[in-house]
Amino acid sequence: MKFGVIVFPGSNCDYDCYWVVKRILRKKVDFIWHKERNLSGYDCLILPGGFSYGDYLRTGAIARFSPVMNAVEAYARNGGLIIGICNGFQVLLEAGLLPGAMVSNKSLQFICKFIYIRVENDATPYTNLFHKGQILKIPIAHNEGNYYADVKTIQALNKNNQIVFRYCDEKGTVSKASNPNGAKESIAAICNKEGNILGIMPHPERASERLLGSKDGRGIFESIIKWIESKEAN
Amino acid sequence: MFEAEVFITFKEGLLDPQGIAIKGALVSLGYDNISDVRVGKYICIKLNNQDKDKAKSELEEMCAKLLSNPVIENYRYKIMEKSSE
Repeated sequence: MKFGVIVFPGSNCDYDCYWVVKRILRKKVDFIWHKERNLSGYDCLILPGGFSYGDYLRTGAIARFSPVMNAVEAYARNGGLIIGICNGFQVLLEAGLLPGAMVSNKSLQFICKFIYIRVENDATPYTNLFHKGQILKIPIAHNEGNYYADVKTIQALNKNNQIVFRYCDEKGTVSKASNPNGAKESIAAICNKEGNILGIMPHPERASERLLGSKDGRGIFESIIKWIESKEAN
Repeated sequence: MFEAEVFITFKEGLLDPQGIAIKGALVSLGYDNISDVRVGKYICIKLNNQDKDKAKSELEEMCAKLLSNPVIENYRYKIMEKSSE
């Protein structure tokens, strides 16, 4: 089993992801420079957080045209697992691999703090160790995390069970008050219809060790591993 | 040689928090005749094309592909001939 962490110019959570996979979960992992065109041999790709290309024009807009992205799109079409975290999520949206877009936080402020999210779909490769309604304490760190999609797209996301996490309070209540950035329907993470691609604004790699204040994010990586292992067993 | 001015704006109905903040500031300065403020982007592009139609079709493609995000933004542009000195 091997993970790949894609590194764009300006990615800055790449080492955190690498650390979690290699040192905490003891799995093989490579950094993949954004100029790479061959992605064979990987069981899961991680598009990490950061400020790819300085967030110029729009977040993720330029990284989306990095040479590696053609291979990422092919990898996605073949059903490969891809998790985009924060800026990685923004890149996946810009690439059209996930529906919708990110706009500035309603407060116009960069928000960096622990928040709570609620598991809405526990049947994905990323959430199979959780149960629906479970609450995770996990940090966000973004300026453009205000998820937007038109009414039709939001309806489709709900209908197809593509909303994977919602922002909530510590009791699991989803409300305007527990929505940190103004995201439509308090959306914190979505997957594509097939379920192999996840985009998530909060940072599970920053919440995978007790030392860091929470290890609730580790379950996302452990779910991925369980998913891959169950595929390997078949 | 052509020069293009591209304007990118948020779609109608999309919340523009920057516009709201600016409106609030203008109103607090006493400009109370403002009903709405929306912020967009202005991009100036110099093109080496000789042919205007070609320049226009390339520009159209640039707007749709990279300069704007069709999920949240609209674009319009003006294209002007420039002497090449």
